[in-house]
This record gives sequence, C-alpha cells and structure tokens, in this order.
Amino acid sequence: MTLSRKLAILSDAAKYDASCASSGTERRDSRKGGLGSTEGSGICHAYTPDGRCISLLKILMTNFCIFDCAYCINRVSSNVERARFTVDEVVTLTLEFYRRNYIEGLFLSSGIIRSPDVTMADMVRIARTLRVDHGFKGYIHLKTIPDASPELLDEAGLYADRLSINIELPQDASLRELAPEKRPETIRQAMGRVRLTREASRDRSHTGKRPASFAPAGQSTQMIVGADRASDTAILSTASRLYTGYGLKRVYYSAFSPIPDASAALPLVKPPLMREHRLYQADWLMRFYGFSVDEIAAAAPGGDLDLAVDPKLAWALANRADFPLDVNRAPREALLRVPGFGTKTVSRILSARRHGALRYDDLVRMGAGMKKARAFVRLPGWTPGALTDSADLRARFAPPPEQLQLI
Amino acid sequence: MQVVVLPATGWREAWRDAARRLAGAGVPPGEVAWQTGAGLFASDPLPPAGAVTVPRAFVDLADTVLCHRDPERFALLYAVLWRLRGDRGLLENPADPLVARLNGLARAVRRDSHKMRAFVRFREVPAAVPAPLSGDGSLDCGGDAPRRRFAAWFEPDHLIVARTAPFFARRFADMDWTILTPDERADFRDGVLTQGPGAPRPDLPPDASEALWATYFTNIFNPARIKLAAMRSEMPRKYWKNLPEAREIPAMLADAERRVGVMRSAQATVAPVRAAAISERYRADMPKAPDRIDSLADACRAAAHCTRCDLHCHATQTVWGEGPADAALMIVGEQPGDHEDLSGRPFVGPAGGVLDEAMAAAGVARDRVWLTNAVKHFKFTPRGKRRLHQSPDRGEIDACRWWLDLERRFIQPRLIMALGGTAAYALTGSKTGLGRRRGTVEETAAGPVMLSWHPSYILRLPDAGAAAEARAQLTEDLAQAARLLA
Ligand code: SF4
Ligand code: SF4
Repeated sequence: MTLSRKLAILSDAAKYDASCASSGTERRDSRKGGLGSTEGSGICHAYTPDGRCISLLKILMTNFCIFDCAYCINRVSSNVERARFTVDEVVTLTLEFYRRNYIEGLFLSSGIIRSPDVTMADMVRIARTLRVDHGFKGYIHLKTIPDASPELLDEAGLYADRLSINIELPQDASLRELAPEKRPETIRQAMGRVRLTREASRDRSHTGKRPASFAPAGQSTQMIVGADRASDTAILSTASRLYTGYGLKRVYYSAFSPIPDASAALPLVKPPLMREHRLYQADWLMRFYGFSVDEIAAAAPGGDLDLAVDPKLAWALANRADFPLDVNRAPREALLRVPGFGTKTVSRILSARRHGALRYDDLVRMGAGMKKARAFVRLPGWTPGALTDSADLRARFAPPPEQLQLI
Repeated sequence: MQVVVLPATGWREAWRDAARRLAGAGVPPGEVAWQTGAGLFASDPLPPAGAVTVPRAFVDLADTVLCHRDPERFALLYAVLWRLRGDRGLLENPADPLVARLNGLARAVRRDSHKMRAFVRFREVPAAVPAPLSGDGSLDCGGDAPRRRFAAWFEPDHLIVARTAPFFARRFADMDWTILTPDERADFRDGVLTQGPGAPRPDLPPDASEALWATYFTNIFNPARIKLAAMRSEMPRKYWKNLPEAREIPAMLADAERRVGVMRSAQATVAPVRAAAISERYRADMPKAPDRIDSLADACRAAAHCTRCDLHCHATQTVWGEGPADAALMIVGEQPGDHEDLSGRPFVGPAGGVLDEAMAAAGVARDRVWLTNAVKHFKFTPRGKRRLHQSPDRGEIDACRWWLDLERRFIQPRLIMALGGTAAYALTGSKTGLGRRRGTVEETAAGPVMLSWHPSYILRLPDAGAAAEARAQLTEDLAQAARLLA
C-alpha cells in the first residue's frame, strides 16, 4: 500500500476527533538545536470546508482495532479498509509537513492492535523518536489508549504536550452498552493519574530541582453528542465533574456524525451541529463567565438547551428581574452575564469607565454586541424601558424557524 | 507647516526619530504633515533631539501600528503621542475614539501577522552548494549534514515581514529559508536572519510533499458537516491562491453531498468473520466481579465493580481499605476525599496527613492498621474549579455498609475506631452527635467501637485553639486504642 493511500485511510479515520488545539504549552524553540517551536497560542494552518481548523497532523497510527465501539468506524465489526503506519512513516510525515509550515505538530491516536499496552507502547515510541532522535520541538498530542498501563501513560506524558483520554459518552451506562470493551472507571482513573502526575511535576522537590515537565498543555477529553439519549444538562454535569475532578483543559463535544459502514445500533441522522454549538457556548459560560451547571439548566426546561438562542441569552431572558444593568456601576461578575458582552468587552468597559461615564456609542466603539445587550443595560442617555420585559423579546433574537433547518 | 517625508525603508525608525524631536519641540499635530516616499516636498529640517518619555504601552502600540498600510497612521500616532503629554493614562481608555481607532489598526496588523505564521507554505529548493560532495568527489563526512533550503511566496495585507520573520527563525532554525513578499523579504542563512526589499512572485520548483498534504486535507474533512462561513472567516479567500490545499476545496464540496448520501443509504454490512471471536476473547479477559466472595481479596475485586448506589458513576473509583489483613485495629473514616478519589487509596490527602501525625504521636504504626471508609466512593459537588465534599446520606451509608461488614468479617479486628459522624452511624447505627461520645468505646453486635473526631473536621475548625484541642483528643484516643490492644 502506498504512503498516500495509508495517509488517506488513516486521516479519514481520525476526523471524528474534534480536538486540534495546539495552545497552552510551554515555550520552546529550535535556536539551540532541533526543529520547531511552541509559543503559547497555537496556530491554525488551514481550514477545511467543515469549518474546522487544521493545526496538527491528526492521524491514526492504525485503524485496525480489536474493540467494538458501535459509534466508531474502526470497530472490529466494521468492513472499512484497514491500514497501518510504521513508526518511520509517521515521523517522516510529521517532520516534512512541519518543515513546510503546514502544521504545528502531531495529534496521534490509534485503533487497538493486539492489546492496549502494545498499541500505547508503539505510540510512545513515535513520540520518543520525534523528540529524542529528531529534536522535534513542535507540539505533540497523544490520545491515550484506554486500559493501557499507568507506566506507559507516565512515559507518554514526558514526550507529549497534551494527553487526551476520551470519555466518549456522557453516561457510564451508555458507554458500557455501546463500547463494551471500555470501562468508565479506568478512563477516570487514567485522568486522575494524569492530574496527580502533572501536579507532582510542577512541585519543585526539596532539593530545588525541577522535575521533567509532564504533559505541559494538560489533558482533554471528548464526548459524543447524540449517540445516546443523555440530555444537555446531563452532558454539562458530566463536563463540569471532569473539569473540576481532573483539571481538564477542554472537553470537546462532537456531534455524532454518520459514518460509513455504520452499526445498526445507531441513528443515521444529520449530525446535531447546532446542539453541539450550544453545548460549546454553555461550556464557555461555565469556564469563563462564572455560570454553574444548575443556572444553565434552570434556563433549559426539559433538560436541553434552547437551540434558537444562545445559552447566555436564554439565561438572561429567564432572569429578567436582574436587568437592566447599570454598565457604569455593575461589578465584573454581573457585566459578564450581559448577553452580547464577551470577556474582552468587559475588560474594556472596566478599564474605560475609570476615565469617565460610558455612553451607548462608547460601547459600540469598543466592540460590544449591542444588538443583544441593549435590552439588558442602562447607560446615561439609554434605558431599554419596557423592552427588557417585553413578551416578544425572545422572538426578536430567535431566527425564523425554517432557517434552523439549514444550519 | 512642518513636512516630514519618511523613507520607503526604515520608515519606522524615521517616524520615531521625527516624532520624538517634534514632540520635544512642542510642535502640535495640526502643524505636521507626514508623507512617505519621495513626496512633492522635501522634509523640513527637524528640531534637535530632546527627551520625550512615553509609557511602554505606547512603544508597543506604535511598533505595531507602523506596520499598517493606512497612510494616516503616522498622523494618528503623533496625535496620541501629543495627547499623552497631558494624559499619561490615555491608552488605558479603550472608549476614546482615537485610541479605539489605533487599537483597531493594531488588531489588523496582529491578525495579518498571525495569518502569515499560519499560511506561509514553504517549498523545498535545491541546496545552495551541491553538497555533500567535497572538491575531490568523495563524501564529506567531516561537517554536519548540509542545511536544507526552503522558499515561500506570501502576500500579506500589511508590512509585517520584519515583525513576523523572527518567529520563523525560532521555529525553523535548522534550515535555510527565504520568504518573499511584494514589499519585503526575509532570508535566513546559517542562523542569520536578514531583511530586504520585496520581489515579484518567483517560480518555485514543485514539491512532492504538497500532494501528500492535499491528500491529508481532503481526507480529514468531514463531508457530513459543511460550515463554509466558518472556513471563510478564518481562511479568507484572498489567501487561497498561495495555499496548495485550497485547490482541492471545489472538488471536496462538489462531492460532499454524494458521500453523505452513500453513507446514509448504505445497508449495515455483515461483520468480518473474525470479529466475533476477537471480541469474545477480549471480553473474557476483562476483569469482572467474582461470583462468590470468599476472601478479603474477592471483596476488594467485587467492590471495584460496585453499583449499589449512584455514587459510583460520579467519582473516579472505589477506594478500598488498605493495611494488613490481620490488623487488630481498624480505623474507619467517612469517605474518600479529592486526593483519595484520584489515587485510589484511603487517607492520603490533607486529612490523611492529620491522621498520620496523630498516629505517629500516639505510637500507632500506620502499616499495622486497616484504614478504610464507611462509604467507598467520593461524593462531591463541582464548584468553580474544585470539587466540594458532600456528606453521604443515610441511603448511601446503608448501601455501602455491605462492604464495611465484609471488611470486618474478613479482618476480624479487635477494636474499630470510627472517625466522625458518618463512620459512627455506619458502625453503631446511632446518629447521636459525637460531642458526648468521643473518646468512649461502645459495644456493638460486631464488637467494640471507639469514637473520635474525623481529621477533616479538625481541618475545618476555624478556631486555631479548638483545632489544636481536637487534634490532641484524636491523638489521645489513638493512644488509648493502642493501650486497649496492648
Ligand atoms: S477503541 Fe477507539 S478505534 Fe477502537 S473501536 Fe473503539 S473508538 Fe474506535
Ligand atoms: S459508595 Fe459504596 S455502595 Fe455506593 S457505589 Fe460506591 S462502593 Fe457501592
């Protein structure tokens, strides 16, 4: 099989992993040898027509797999064409793509060949070859293999910037049902181990020596949305347990997408992209805007987020008594809850209002989303009056129903 | 009117120099006309250099904005510089119209520079010296391998090559490269970065890696989720002509609908013959709960699969007891905490530290005790970035007593210490507060139980005096337990 054919098969198989981030690792560069650099924020080198960024060479080492996860194209019971890269092939592809500035580095995952340990050991060998033999300073993300031994996990963290351990489904029961070889408790144990090892690697020992850095860009996970019946609130509760328990950098939500040779156990529907988008927005609210799952859930009757308006607006519409807010007086936490105000806008407001009272035009100039915010704020010369409480406020923001089909 | 003509190269330095002199001499913005290149007028002689200090933030802003193509940038920057003399905090006010405008220009430059880092595409070109042959035709093994050479053509919106080239120098230090743009160029040879004037689009030789890259680009794309607007906003069309992968986009889009249709109409296929056998073999080897519990080890394995109450699917893992199977003393806490949950061992977090100290002071060796908890899964509620401990309820304690009873049955301790109210309830069945009961031994159907404080309770006591007293009492109780067993 040609390298090009392998690449086609093994990148096709990797596209269901949503993550492509290459941010947040330590700073490194190649001025003292080797190739590559990482500088805080990662770079998206290209975008495909599905709107996703290509930052890393995201491939599977192999798509042979002995597991039988119903949602996955690589499951043992599927008839997909199989391929397997050698260590050298992955290393060469990574380096040659990197030299041409196509990518920030490698995101390697794999189907499971022979056993979890054998597979994970091969993946670690690839990362080690890049780092040690080729002095590669770019970004490496390794998706760890469920049930691989803790020692391999520890070694992976020495070479990888980021480790990910996919939780796959928001509820243990659905994982046991759809992925019978996977065990939710060992997935969580691995996440716990990564958190503890990372914390230990950041503590200077009593001799003052710094231990080797361990997965400096942290760990992340992915949950498939729409393959089981979990509600949005259940999904967000699981996410918030994962963030707080294991210090995850990101939880990725991946709308379940039809796959070639799908299992009969799963719906062949259009991927719920809008639902996925709303979950990301709600996730953002939890991480950067001080919202708790309970608050978001309270504005999502029935357990699912409103698809027509974003979750912050949904929350504000359900809590109109808290508005309109005096932009010149309100504390940061309250400003963050205004629909249309992002974290940057809020910082600008706080900074600008030390220089004098802000007016409506000032907010426009600073990039605030006033179309949404106007109903919820008060400034000299502007009050929303009855607008805040008007019965049709939601309708003003929600797109006409037929447009929803297009998204 | 003071006319300042800035040169085509080195205009950044020239602007800084002129601005400093003019501001020092008190020339207001309205009396300065900034021009670039060979204007109609020659520069008027500038006033002598004087000392003008500006906030650090202005230096950064000016460096960035000077890369913009907007011809007004010189005048706008000078206007801000002028106002900074009376209002040092001006730049901290993003609502000021002039500041907002300059911030907008700076953002455009930063974005352009970011896109340059993203969208420059190198092609490999022949190395300068036909190495590795030396003069006599034999292989030259003395030095390092020859540096590989790469070149790229890029068309940025603004004049950003100088500020962006060092990024490439840090990243691609082990190769020689050239980036050409219409206005500027950057060259990196043997570790030295140089800049020069622009050039017309060069003819770069084809590069075989581009075909592989196009293969990757077309296959990583998911035809079931088209989001064109998202793609175009991040990778605007103006860049496409220099991106080899962008040539694939029309065909990818044209084919997407068909590919999704094929997936949807495909019938479920019959699994390959070997699949069932592979699954069966793997599943047979997976750890599972033993059918019968005849030993402490069986109980431990069974507990790892416990689903007797809802706590199992929220916490990380079952935290089973730890210690010698013939321990005379068994210490029972409430439930694992954050640290115990992650590591799978009892009493290893901060509360474990308190217990360790008290045991050491009381002369009780940790490795002679069976340490466990009344409830084996961590119960918590997420709050901010942390998990806050929640007390288990009666139902959970009752469900988990099954395991505690098994531990007692197999270990047969001569004395059990219950730390805290939950353990006290689990072991004695009484919810009466610990205040009166602490330090006493209660007889139960399963043997004597001594009651004491839970170390987490001690950690939570706000009053340092009360905490010290409680610690002393815990130590005292442990010492008494040791005496009872002696
Ligand atoms: S283990 Fe991974 S590759 Fe294998 S079937 Fe499951 S999800 Fe797919
Ligand atoms: S807390 Fe106890 S009873 Fe509940 S699931 Fe865990 S081990 Fe089982």
